[in-house]
Parts: sequence; structure tokens; C-alpha cells
Amino acid sequence: MKNKRGWFAFPYVIWMALFVVIPIVIMAVYAFTAADPATGATQPTLGNFTGMGLYLSVFLRSFWLALLATLVCLLIGYPVSYWMAKEGPRFQRLAMALIMLPMWMNFLLRTYSWMSILENNGLLNQLFQNIGVIDLYNRIAPFFVDLHNVFARYFGGVETSFVPIYHFQMIGTPGAVVLGMVYNYLPFMILPIYSVIVKLDNSLIEAARDLGADGVRVFRRVIFPLSLPGILSGVTMVFVPSVSTFAISNLLGGGNQMMLGDLIELQFLGGAYNPHLGAAISMVMMVIVVVCMVVMNHFGEGEEQAVML
Amino acid sequence: MSKELIRLRDCVMSYGDEVVLDHINLYINDKEFLTLLGPSGCGKTTTLRIIGGFLSPTAGDVLFDGVRINHVPPHQRTVNTVFQRYALFPHLNVFENVAFGLRIPKADGSGRKVKVSEQEIHQRVMEMLEVVNLKGFEKRPVSALSGGQQQRVAIARALVNRPRVLLLDEPLGALDMRLRKDMQNELKRIQQEMEITFIYVTHDQEEALAMSDTVVVMDGGRIQQIGTPEDIYNEPKNAFVADFIGESNIIDGIMRADGVVEIFNRRFQCLDKGFAKDEPVDVVIRPEDVDIVDENAGQLRGTVTSVTFKGVHYDTIVDFYGFKWLIQTTDYCPVDSRIGIKIDPDGIHVMKKSAYSGMFGDYSSYSEEYEELDVVEPDGEDGEESDSREGGHEE
Repeated sequence: MKNKRGWFAFPYVIWMALFVVIPIVIMAVYAFTAADPATGATQPTLGNFTGMGLYLSVFLRSFWLALLATLVCLLIGYPVSYWMAKEGPRFQRLAMALIMLPMWMNFLLRTYSWMSILENNGLLNQLFQNIGVIDLYNRIAPFFVDLHNVFARYFGGVETSFVPIYHFQMIGTPGAVVLGMVYNYLPFMILPIYSVIVKLDNSLIEAARDLGADGVRVFRRVIFPLSLPGILSGVTMVFVPSVSTFAISNLLGGGNQMMLGDLIELQFLGGAYNPHLGAAISMVMMVIVVVCMVVMNHFGEGEEQAVML
Repeated sequence: MSKELIRLRDCVMSYGDEVVLDHINLYINDKEFLTLLGPSGCGKTTTLRIIGGFLSPTAGDVLFDGVRINHVPPHQRTVNTVFQRYALFPHLNVFENVAFGLRIPKADGSGRKVKVSEQEIHQRVMEMLEVVNLKGFEKRPVSALSGGQQQRVAIARALVNRPRVLLLDEPLGALDMRLRKDMQNELKRIQQEMEITFIYVTHDQEEALAMSDTVVVMDGGRIQQIGTPEDIYNEPKNAFVADFIGESNIIDGIMRADGVVEIFNRRFQCLDKGFAKDEPVDVVIRPEDVDIVDENAGQLRGTVTSVTFKGVHYDTIVDFYGFKWLIQTTDYCPVDSRIGIKIDPDGIHVMKKSAYSGMFGDYSSYSEEYEELDVVEPDGEDGEESDSREGGHEE
């Protein structure tokens, strides 16, 4: 028997058609066409894709930084989730509120705040200045430069001279971009892992201990394998927005760390105006992300079923 | 069967003001099948968890083979547990569930950690799966097993480690009637084959009587009686035990002399001795120990208020002077007929008065008890009974 209330989904079907399917079709049309610079007429072409090799470095950087951000999120997020899940309900509510709180603030505002912290004369550098960390660096670093020069003299290499610094260069580095992404997307790692661990049947842990497993073994052989579905969905939820991020890399990368999102933005709103190329890049990125997700979900399928039990 | 293996000495368990176990003293012999029996909240599971190492008593000692083990964690005890809802590892198949404990290196006599070889693991797991009749299931995911099969995996997973003691926490609770009976026999067989100590927790008195060497009846965090199933049934120590184990009529009586007890102002011969003269006592009369005779030939006379056919016998409720008795008899006595009863001296059991006196043993509320068991109740006479009957028809 068909679901009687199926027509309730009707508005959503229209929504999907209007705002998901049709846009993708439009995007595909754009991606496989190009405008003739002379006449402005559009013609079908594969040129948008064949010429994409130019942007290989942007692709590589995007995936590399997104991977780093995901890894850092996992390394921070898993212990936090585990710890939260093992504490009492009052602590859990408090921790949850603290994790959610930054998400209620505007995304740009959060990123601008990080800018003012990481800038060359930002909060962090001022702090380093005031507590003497920069002076300390200027005193210690010459020694290492000398050491380097000695090696260079005897084993061959380029001698350098020491230039005193007035601030640490943080903004504009890949590290700053990764930091921005971790800060913004960490909750998406914590929440799914936490919700899996908190639902873990305590009698499974007792059973493992009863069978002779000490704390480390209980974690390795029971808790971790059973929290894999949470890890998989956390990784997906951090990696996908990280790959396509644009404002973070623009603001914290200081223009040196262009990622795919920035490149696409440039094609639509920036000076490089070329929506056909922008659409093509978007499509390639989408395909890569979809492939990644399919592979990961396939990898985690067995575990998913296990948790249904 | 005689060597003492585990002893609980004055064990107290309390959470703040709430006392869950109140000075439990208990010893458990090697290779014994001992059952902790009682209603929910009586402390039986807490006792089991103390022996398993998941709880440490607030006061008192736990001794294993004469060594105090109060704070030895579960993974260092030679005790394994079958959990109430099995607690099988959902990410492992049947074989790996059973092999879980074997894959963990254990300290041998000299304290070195020894790994069991893959070959030995395979052999022992397969042997154990054969013991629990699950041969051929080793590759299945545990989620594909029925309740009874999951139960067997849980038992195999615990036994494969060759524990000195197996703890079972209401292991048959989730199974249907037929399967329960089969598993009871199976468990008893396994216990005898493997020659290890079983400590079994249940609230099902039939299960306890059928399987155990020793039954420990608990209520309110205290041990009410320890004994063989026969002792517990035939010689209950107080009204609680008499009521909890089987059906019983518990009547106020007065001990007039050794072997003479007075109920409803009539004297009965009994076998009990050693009470003070004229001491008030509780008298237990099991429903099957009452003979129905002609009204004039009876020691007591009453009116039948309800009859239920139970297959082997009729459950007949008889009103004696306002106190309702349950009598199990193969003679059919119609409702409202007047009957007499006779009780042989060995059918009467006299108990000291206790805190439980007067709480149990009257069958006025008989129909409601049966309603809980989903059995069609006998014809009632008061309003409550007919209400519940109508409710039953609506379903």
C-alpha cells in the first residue's frame, strides 16, 4: 500500500525541482558552453574542462588544507566527544551549549575576529611582544642561524644572515586557514561522534571488561569500532564544507592561500568574470566530493548496520 | 561440592541513605548451582555485580578462594558474566564474539602475559559453539540471530574463558516460555558438563527450584532464607518466602503445644516443635496439601467462591470464616457449594512471626493476581473482578 500522506511531500518535491535539479542542469549547461569573446554568442565546448590544469595547484591546496582541517578536527573532536559522553548530564548540557554558542554568531564575524587575533600587529603578536617572546626569539634565533652557516660552510649550502623580526607571520599562512576552518567546523565533528558514543550500551563495555579487557583494550576493541559511524559522518560534515570554503581562506590566507571556493567566486563576482569556467570548476569539485563520500560510505557500511542493532 | 569458593562477609551496599544490601553473609561452594531469587529491587543483581567486580561493597569483604578481592577489577577476576540483555558486540560475528576473551593475553602463574595461539582459539571457540549447539553459525553477524541463539552466544563467550564461576543475570528473561524451559535444561547440563560454579539471578521461582542446588531468597536487601529447593519450598522461614515460592495459604495460628497448632479456634496436628506455649505463629498450608471432604467430615467448613480449571487440577477458592484459601484439587466443587477440608499433619508448616506476617497468603485478591499473568480469571463476586473481566473482553 502506498503511503496515504505521500502528498505532504509534494511541496518539497517542487522545492527540490526548482532549487536543486534545475540549478544543477543550468550549471551543467554553463560548464559545457563558452561565450565567444567577439560576438558574445555561446557555443558548446569542452574547453572549460581541458584548460583546468592551470588551476591544479588550487585544487591540490584545497584538498590538502581540507584534509588537514578534517584531521585536526578529528584529533580534537574525538577526545572531547568521548569525554563529554562519559560525564554527567549537567556537564553534557553545559558543554553542548559552549560548543553550539559560536555557531550562533555570524560566520564572517567569527572569521574577522580571528583576523584581528592573528594579524601582524594583532592581539596575539601584541601579547608575544609584551611578554617578551619576540625578544627571546630574536636572541635565540641568531645562534641557530650561525649553526646553520657553519654546516653550510663545511658541507656546502647557502649561508644566510639573521634578520630580526618584529612579529610572527601568522596571517596569510596555510596554518591560519586551517585554524579558521577547524574553528568553524569543529562542532560538526563533535556532534555526530558524541551522539554515537553517548548511545553506546554500557553493558557492552562491562562485557568487555568482564572478558578480561583493560581500559585501553575496551577502547580499542569496542568503543572505537562502534563509534566509527560517528567518525565517518563527522569527517564528511567537516571535509565537504572545508573543500569548498572561500571566505576563510580569503580573509585568513591574506590572498596567498586561494582555495577552490575563492576561485569559483572570482569567476562569478570577481575580476576574472567567466561563469562558464566557474560552473565547470564547481562541477569537477562536486564530482570529486561525491566520489569521496561514496567511497567513505561504502567503507563504513558494515559499521552502520552494526549500530542499528 | 563441598569446598567453599566465594564468601560475602557482612556486605553492605548503600547509596547515600538508601541501603541496597543490608549485611549480606553468604558462602558459595565450588561447582555449585546457586540461585539468588527475589523480586525486583531485592538486591540480587547488586550482589551479583559485587561478585563480578562491577561494584565494590560500601562495607564488608568479598573473598574468593580465601583472598579478599573487594577492589580487584572485573578483568582480573576468574569470573565471567552472562548479561541480562546478552551485551553481544554488534560489530563482531559469532566467532569473534566468542573469541573476544581468548584474544586478550592473560597473566599465567608466573605473571607473564601469555597469548593464546590462533589455532587454539579456533579449536576452543568451535568446541564451545558445539556445547551450546551453535555449530555452523560462526560466520553469522550477531544481529541475524534469534533471542535464544544470542543467549547461547553470550553463554559460549563467557564459558570459553574457562572461568571458575559463571554469573548469570536473568539470562532467560527475554525468551518465550518454551525456549526458557529448553534453556533451563541446557544450562543445567552445561553446568554439570563443565563442572563450574554457576551463580544465577532470577525472579522466577520455578526456574530457581528447577535448576539450583542452593536457593538464596532475598528481599529488601536482606537474605530471607538459604537452602535447597526442597527446604525452601517445604520449610519456608517466613511469610515472605512462603508467599514468594509457590502458592500458599498463610494463616494466623497459635502454638498450643509441640505438634499442636490452633487455627480458627480449631486444633490441628502438625510436625513442628520448639515454639513457646501459646506463641502466635504464621501457619503455611500449601494448596495441594488440602483434601476436600464432605462438609460434616471436615476439620474446617467453608463455601466455594470460585473455580478455575487448570488442566491437572482445579484452582478452587474457598471462604473459611471470611479468609479465602486457595485449594488445588482434582475434585470439582461447584461455586456456592459447602465443603469440608482435612489437612494431614505433614501438610501444615508453622513459622515464627516476622515483619512479613499478615502481608501475604490471603486469596481475596486472587483474581487480580491472575489478571497479571494473563490468565482468564474465575467468576468473581465483587465489583472489581467483574470490571476487569469486561476489560478483558474488550481486547
